[in-house]
Amino acid sequence: MGLRAYVLRRIGQLLLTYFVFLTILFVLFRMMPGDPTSVFILEGLPAEAREERIEELGFNDPLYIQYFDYMRQLMTGEFGDSIIYREPVVNIIWDKVANTLFLMGSSLILAYTIGILGGALMGWYRGTRFEKIGIVGVLTARSSPEFWIGIILLSVFVFWLGWFPAAGMRTVGLDSGEGIWRFLNRDFLWHLFLPMLTGAIFFTATPALLMRNTMLDVLDEDYIEVKEAEGLPERRILYRHAARNSILPVVTVLAIVTGAAMGGSVIIETVFNWDGMGRAIVDAVNRRDLPLAMAAFFIMGSLVIFMNFVADIAYVYLDPRVEYE
Amino acid sequence: MATRTRPGWRDLPEKLSSGSRWIAGKFRVFEGDRIGQTGLVLLFGIILIGIFGRPITLDLFGMSQTLQPFSLAPYDPSVSHRGPDGRLLRLEGPSWAHPLGTNHLGRDVLSRVIVGARVSLIVGTIAAFMAVFIGTNIGLTAAYFGGWVDDVLMRITDIAYGLPFLPFAIVLLAIMGQSIYWIIFAIVIILWRSTARVIRSQVLSHKNRPYVESAEAIGASNLRIMYIHILPNVLPLAFLYAAFAVGYAVIAEASLSFLGFGPPEMISWGGMIFTAFNQDAIRQAWWWVFPPGLMIMFFVMSVFFIGRTLEMVVNPELRHRE
Repeated sequence: MGLRAYVLRRIGQLLLTYFVFLTILFVLFRMMPGDPTSVFILEGLPAEAREERIEELGFNDPLYIQYFDYMRQLMTGEFGDSIIYREPVVNIIWDKVANTLFLMGSSLILAYTIGILGGALMGWYRGTRFEKIGIVGVLTARSSPEFWIGIILLSVFVFWLGWFPAAGMRTVGLDSGEGIWRFLNRDFLWHLFLPMLTGAIFFTATPALLMRNTMLDVLDEDYIEVKEAEGLPERRILYRHAARNSILPVVTVLAIVTGAAMGGSVIIETVFNWDGMGRAIVDAVNRRDLPLAMAAFFIMGSLVIFMNFVADIAYVYLDPRVEYE
Repeated sequence: MATRTRPGWRDLPEKLSSGSRWIAGKFRVFEGDRIGQTGLVLLFGIILIGIFGRPITLDLFGMSQTLQPFSLAPYDPSVSHRGPDGRLLRLEGPSWAHPLGTNHLGRDVLSRVIVGARVSLIVGTIAAFMAVFIGTNIGLTAAYFGGWVDDVLMRITDIAYGLPFLPFAIVLLAIMGQSIYWIIFAIVIILWRSTARVIRSQVLSHKNRPYVESAEAIGASNLRIMYIHILPNVLPLAFLYAAFAVGYAVIAEASLSFLGFGPPEMISWGGMIFTAFNQDAIRQAWWWVFPPGLMIMFFVMSVFFIGRTLEMVVNPELRHRE
């Protein structure tokens, strides 16, 4: 099978997976106890108004019509009105998406930088004390749930040293500017540091261990020995020849790790009170805000599925030796 | 008279015993491997805490039988303690009577940490083994039959990969109610996927080997080839994945409990930290937060350390991902 055919087939599979995902989402949220009008009872609205609202939302239609409506609404980005915020979900969700992407994006960049460098060194100094300590350190970080890492960082850097704020994204009342400057200012980065570090510590293990493993393979290759015989300085061989040839598998799992990070954001955002999608989904489910919960779930799932797809395609593009199966 | 052949099932004990001998032989790899040994010691300690934490009694047909009378926990974990003046001992720091202090309801933290081991042990092992059992069977079936069977099963695996764990589990628990069974179910639904993929690729490489072809040639049934000939060869890999899966399952349960989706009456390490966090007690009551957090970490470390040692033996080529 050629590359083109493979990619086409993979796109077909992507569509199928996505379709099933959307259907699971529909089934889950139709099973959720309480309906979007429950809030009207609390407000003491007359039963007629409630009936009218149910009719308007289409809950009296046959299930298959509801299903088609639901698909059409998702595709056009109509998520309904949030019960918590009392305004359309579209107005608030994209801000939260940006906040989550900013947090997890910076976390992953940091995790990958540390992981690749650390993994390369662990592979290079194989069999030494340094490697052993590195492996124990990485496995320990991977063994700690994100909320535990977050709480340790909070205890040390906030409660003890008092260097960073405990929660939130911005100092209240501080004017932080517009557009991209809302993110690129000192106050925001100061708030970002601990949650970002939490994610980075947790996600470092995957690139570090993978990098070490491929380094071990690469270091066995003949050309490394040739380079050594040529008398090149050690550092040059490490970075220019060994590490560079080991990096491919690490890059291809980046997409998968990015997908997994979506789930991780739920915990980190809860610990640090970060106003992203992860915290939104917890709040929304707890307060039965179905439209908001569904929108957050929909966006997170879409990102995960898309990143898995990118991982597969990147893999065959980057590595010519791969067979398309 | 034709030579009599032994019925197929007769081989099974032999295969199983050779499998367990294989594993026993592999335990030798822990010799000289400090990391793996540390893992074994930690795991053993936590299992002991789980078994001897509180007495275990079994109620059968109205008869109550004590299986294990010993109690490591100094107090009943749900009793609120009061001082000599009758005042509730709220958020008291460590003392001789309460080595890890008390929580906001005056309950002994040490006892709760000890009892909490059970939830992690039960959820971790049951969820991991169910996930690996399902994953192994799906991977084996998909690879062995190939064609449309493979296609269908692998598409299902793709879908499992498309579900983000925490959002899915939260919504599921909101629908089904917060019980330990649904927590295990949610974990299993997500966790089987990596085993399925790895076992499938492993079986694919075994499928065309001579031993399978000769089994086919003498007319062995599909099931027999799959489970008696191929499975023992991929079982070590499944064991390895089970070790890592225990770690993931424990983290998953702790995370769900930390978010407040565990059953309210259940004592779990993640749940303790959730309560402390919600009571705004993490700033001063370190004795309430750090012990359960460390226990979660030690438990997961133990299986990851053991897994790493097994990994070097089972398949040096294998890269562990996720």
